[in-house]
Amino acid sequence: MSDRPLPLAKSRRDVFFEGIHDGIPIALGYFVVSFTLGIAARNAGLTPFQGFLASFFNNASAGEYAAFTVIAADAPYLEMAIITLVANARYMLMSCVVSQKFGADTPLIHRVLVGFDITDEIFGITIARKGPLNPFYNYGAMAVALPGWSVGTALGVIAGNLLPLQAVSALSVALFGMFLWVIIPTARDNHIVGGLVLASFIASFACANLPCLMELSAGTRTIILTLVIAGLGAAFFPLKDKEDCSHAA
Amino acid sequence: MQHDIYMYLLIMSAVTLAIRIIPLTLIRKQIKNRFLRSFLFYVPYVTLAVMTFPAIMEATQTPVSGLMALIAGIALAWYGASLFKVSAACCIVVFLAELILA
Repeated sequence: MSDRPLPLAKSRRDVFFEGIHDGIPIALGYFVVSFTLGIAARNAGLTPFQGFLASFFNNASAGEYAAFTVIAADAPYLEMAIITLVANARYMLMSCVVSQKFGADTPLIHRVLVGFDITDEIFGITIARKGPLNPFYNYGAMAVALPGWSVGTALGVIAGNLLPLQAVSALSVALFGMFLWVIIPTARDNHIVGGLVLASFIASFACANLPCLMELSAGTRTIILTLVIAGLGAAFFPLKDKEDCSHAA
Repeated sequence: MQHDIYMYLLIMSAVTLAIRIIPLTLIRKQIKNRFLRSFLFYVPYVTLAVMTFPAIMEATQTPVSGLMALIAGIALAWYGASLFKVSAACCIVVFLAELILA
């Protein structure tokens, strides 16, 4: 490259490839997990193309899983809107955090495109990267992570039909493994989060088994318990002023 | 099936994209409200925990194998294993448990 202006200033192309580099391990992990998400999509009655669409425009494990339970239950459209909002509420927080990292003069189009794919993992590498946010870094990561996630889902819908029952049973817990990977390290380091996670397990189990409560759908249960438990947590254990919300990654 | 799957997909995508893009484009200052900040901080952990248990025991052929995967997943995540390792371990535990117990 002879036209490189300064040794320290990276071109958009360099930053894009840096994003691809950091995005590859994410894409590989996504591929495996989204494959099992595809099995959930198949169980809900989606075609491979519908699974691809859902994953391309949502790229959210918990949110999509919750949405597929709504589709499987043939629940009202309003329930779909509410459960997607609740299951993906954390991206709202991440979006707030990422907005702080943009330079003030960043064009709107870059904010929209970066916002398109704020996931737990891409949020993590975005925040970890030093200096103001360079959208081309995110585009590089998205260029591998999005296909990994959406193609993996479509293949899961296809191959889920072909796999033996034992393999489907085994793969169907991969997604729960991802959930645990997100919640457990923070629960270990933050005793309040740890307590809330434990309370959530107990309350969720109780709601699924107590006579009068077990009639609630899994989606409604998730909404109610999230609002109540996180609300109580925020009321009784508010974050200290210094605590940065970027820890939510 | 009374509802249209494409309508479901449109609603879920619109909500998800709004959640991700609107704060990024509109909010340029740090959220000050302490309750709101705390609530948003706790939400992901509570939601994921509620969705994990007891659902993990219903996803597998036998509840016991799901429970074993839960314990294995918590243990590995606790000691800082990667996303891939935690997910893979949960799958392997279920596969082996159902092979032995079946």
